[in-house]
Amino acid sequence: MSMNLISKIEAGDLKKRKVEFSPGDTVKVHVKIREGEKERIQIFQGTVLKRRGSGVGATFTVWKVSAGVGVERVFPLHSPNVPKIERIRQGKVHRSKLYYLRNALGKQMRIEEKKSDKAVAVEEETTE
Amino acid sequence: MDTLFGRKLGMTRVFLEDGTAIPVTVIQAGPCPVVQVKTRDHDGYDAVQLGFGETPKRLLNLPAKGHFAKTKIEPRRYLREVRVESADGIEVGSEFRVSVFNVGEKVDVTGVSKGLGFQGVVRRHNFAGGPKTHGQSDRVRAPGSIGSSSYPSRVFKGLRMAGRMGGDSVTLKNLRVVKIDLDNDLICVRGAVPGKAMSFVKIRKSR
Repeated sequence: MSMNLISKIEAGDLKKRKVEFSPGDTVKVHVKIREGEKERIQIFQGTVLKRRGSGVGATFTVWKVSAGVGVERVFPLHSPNVPKIERIRQGKVHRSKLYYLRNALGKQMRIEEKKSDKAVAVEEETTE
Repeated sequence: MDTLFGRKLGMTRVFLEDGTAIPVTVIQAGPCPVVQVKTRDHDGYDAVQLGFGETPKRLLNLPAKGHFAKTKIEPRRYLREVRVESADGIEVGSEFRVSVFNVGEKVDVTGVSKGLGFQGVVRRHNFAGGPKTHGQSDRVRAPGSIGSSSYPSRVFKGLRMAGRMGGDSVTLKNLRVVKIDLDNDLICVRGAVPGKAMSFVKIRKSR
C-alpha cells in the first residue's frame, strides 16, 4: 500500500516514451544546456551501455569514443533536462551491461544490428 | 495548527523544472481529527489531542473505547497531544490535513530511529579501533583504555561504550517541504527522516 502512494508522488515526474531502447542501441540524447540566461539543446550520441533503476530514479549510461578517448555520460531517464531520446540503431547484444566495451579493441567494439525491428527504429517523442 | 502526525512511507526523488533532482521522504500526514480539546480553565493548560491511523475496534480497551465513543470519531491507532497558545475555535471532531503546511516551508520531523541492536564502540561512537598491523592481534575494533587504575579505581559515568544503538526519538530540524499532495494526504520532505518505513512520525513547523 505504501508503495502505491509513493508512486502517486512519482507519477507527475514520470515521462511516457513511445519507443523503448535497450543496451547496445545507438541513441541521440538531447540535453538541455543552460549558459547564463540562454538555453540550448546539445546532442550526445553513443551506445547505451546500461540501464538501471525503476520509477523516477531510473538512469541510463551512454558511451562513445570521442577523439580516441572513451566518454560515458549517465542520464536520469525522467529528467526534464533530457527532453528527447532518438534511437538511431538497434544493437544485438547478449548481456544487459556492456562494460566489456570499455576495454574492447577494434573488432570487439562492433555491435551487430538487430534486423527485426529495423523499420520502426526511427524516432521517439516524449509527452511534453 | 502547526503539527500533524503521519507515517513515513519511504524515499524517492522529485525533479524541479530546471532538472535538479531532490531526494525526498514521502510521509502520509493526517488526516488528524481533534479527539479532545484541553483548556486552561478545565485542565490547567491549552492543548489539542489529535488522532492518526486506523485501528480495529476489538483492539481498544474499555477506557479508549469510551474516549472515542464520547466524540463519535472512528477509533485511531495513535493519540498525541499538541500544546497550543489557545484552543479557541478548535472543535472536537474537526480535522487537520496536510493543507496546514505549504510548499517551501521548513518543518521539523520527529521519529524513532531504526533499532540497530547491540553495537560495538566503532559503530556506535565512531571510535577508530586499534591498529591492524605492527604485531597487533585481537584489538582491531577494541575500545582501548576506559580509565586509570588505582585512582580513581572506578569507571566514570557516561563513558562511551558498546551497547544498544538506535530506537531513540530523533528530531531533524528545518527540512524543506518539497511537494504536497492534498488528494492523497502526502507530504514530501527534503532528505531522510528517522525511522523505518511505515513508522510513526510527527511533523511540526519549524520555529
